[in-house]
Amino acid sequence: MLEIEGVSKTYGSGDDAFTAIAEVTLTTRPGEVLCIVGPSGCGKTTLLRCASGLMPPTAGAVRLDEHPVTAPPRTMALVFQDYSRSLLPWMSIHDNVVLPLKAARVARDERERLASEALASVGLDPLGRKYPWQLSGGMQQRAAIARALAYQPEILLLDEPFASVDAQTRADLEDLLLEVWSRTGLTVLLVTHDIDEAVYLGSRIVVLSASPTRVKETIHVDLPRPRDQIGTKELPEFAHLRASVFASIKEESLRRPVDT
Amino acid sequence: MTRSWAGRLVLLLVLPVALVGLWWWTSADSGSVYYPPLTRIVDKLQEDWLFEQVGSDLLPSLGRFTAGYLIAAVTGIALGTLVGLAPRVRRASQPVTEFLRSIPPPLLLPFVLVVVGLGNASKIVLIVLGSVWPVLLNTIDGVHGVDSQTLDMARSFGIGRRTQITRVILPAASPKIAVGMRTALSVALILMVISEMQASTNGLGFKVLSAQRSFDTAGTYAGVIVIGAVGLVVNLGFLAAEGWIMRWHRGARGLLDEAPRAPGPGRGLWSRARAAAAPPVADERPMAGTTGAVE
Repeated sequence: MLEIEGVSKTYGSGDDAFTAIAEVTLTTRPGEVLCIVGPSGCGKTTLLRCASGLMPPTAGAVRLDEHPVTAPPRTMALVFQDYSRSLLPWMSIHDNVVLPLKAARVARDERERLASEALASVGLDPLGRKYPWQLSGGMQQRAAIARALAYQPEILLLDEPFASVDAQTRADLEDLLLEVWSRTGLTVLLVTHDIDEAVYLGSRIVVLSASPTRVKETIHVDLPRPRDQIGTKELPEFAHLRASVFASIKEESLRRPVDT
Repeated sequence: MTRSWAGRLVLLLVLPVALVGLWWWTSADSGSVYYPPLTRIVDKLQEDWLFEQVGSDLLPSLGRFTAGYLIAAVTGIALGTLVGLAPRVRRASQPVTEFLRSIPPPLLLPFVLVVVGLGNASKIVLIVLGSVWPVLLNTIDGVHGVDSQTLDMARSFGIGRRTQITRVILPAASPKIAVGMRTALSVALILMVISEMQASTNGLGFKVLSAQRSFDTAGTYAGVIVIGAVGLVVNLGFLAAEGWIMRWHRGARGLLDEAPRAPGPGRGLWSRARAAAAPPVADERPMAGTTGAVE
C-alpha cells in the first residue's frame, strides 16, 4: 500500500520559488489500478518522482507498506514515458531486462527464468537478442514493461507510458497492461493525460487541480471487468464517467491562467 | 544497391592512382635535388624500410606511440569519469584544464627533456601530456551529459553506483569518449614524430630529420611516406574498432541500413575517416595548438 500524505514540492527558493505540488494526499488500495489525471503542467511527473523515492518531497511523507520511502523501494518498478531514454541502446532487450535483476543479486538461473517469463508475457520472447533500436516504439515500450515485470514488483508506477506511441499500439498496450494486471494482482499507479485511458484502465481516478496542485476529486470507476476496447467504451457508463472526468479537468484548465 | 562493390573500389582508387602516376611522370627525368624521381624514392623506401629499419626505428616509434596513447586514454577516461560525476569539481577544474589544454604540447618538449631526461620516458610523457586532453575533456563532457531519465531508470531499479558507472554512465558517454580518443590519436602521432626530432637516436622522426640533414632527399620522402602510412593504418584501425564497438550508437541514431548480421568496417569507413580528419569544431575540440605547431 502506497501512501502519499500531504506531499508538496517546491523548486528553487526565494522569489524564484515554484510550487509544483501544493499538497497531495492519496493512498493506493492493494491490487487496484489508480489513474492520476490532471491538466497539463500540473506536476504529475513531479508527483510520481516523489512517490517513487527518486526525489524527496519538500514537505509531507511517502510510505510504502508503512515504511518511509527515501529511495526507490525494491518492491516498486517504474515504466517511463520515453522508452528511448529508459532502455539502454547498447544492450540487447534481454540484457536490459536482466540488468536490474543482476543489480538485485538474483541468481543466474532465476534471473533467466524471470526474464524469459516477462518477455513472453509481453509477446517479445523471440526478440530478446535484438537491440531496442531494432524494434518499433510499441515493442520498445513492451520491453520496458517486461523489465518492470521481471523485477517482480508489488506496485507498478507508470508515467504516461503510452503517450509516445500511435493510437492502435496504445490500445494494444492498454490491453496488455490490463491482462498482466489481472494475472499478477499488482497494484498499478498510472499517470496519464488521456481521459479515455484513465477511465478504461482505472479502478479509481484521481483528478489533480491546476498548479499549485492538489487532489481535486477522486472518481470511482465501477465499469465491469474484464474490459475490452469496443464493448467497454460503448457502455453509457463509460461515456458518463469520461464526461465527468473531462468536465473536472476542463474546469481546472480554465482556472489556470488566473493562477499563473 | 545501385553502385556495385567493384564500382566503389574503382572510385576509391582513381585519385590516388592518378596522383601517383602524375608524380611518377613529372619526376622521371628530374635532376633537382629537392624533387628526386619517384623510382629513387621507391628504391630508397624498399632499401630502408623493407625491413632494415623496421626493428631499429619503426617498432621503437610504434612502441612509444602505443604506450603514450594508452596511458593518455586510460588516464583521461578514469580522471574524466571522476570529474564528470562531481559537478563541483568539474566547475572548479575548468579554468585549469582550459589553460593546460591550450598549451601547444610541442612547447613542453624542452621542459620534459629537462625533467624526465632523454630516454623513451620523456617521449612517452610528451605524448601523454598532449593527447590526454581530448580524452579527458570529452569524457567529462560525456559523463556529465548522461540523460537524466536514463539515470532515473537506473536508480529506480536499485542499480548501485558502481554498476551504474560501468553499465550505464560509461557506455552512455562512450560516443563522446570515442571522439576524444580519435582526436587524441592524431595528436599522439604528431607528438611521437616531434619527440623523436629532438635529442633522439632512433625512430621515424629521427630518421626523417637525419635524412634531411645529410641531403638525402629521397630518404626524407621515404620516411614521410612511412609516417603517412602508419597514420593511415592506425586511423583506419581505430575507425574499424570504433565502428564495431559503437555499432549500437549508429543503430540508435538510425544510421545502420537495417540490422546487419556482420557489422564492422567496410561501408562508410572512408567517409568516416574523412570526417575524422576534419572534425567538426563544436564537439571534437581539436588541439589547435598542436596542429598549428606542426604545420
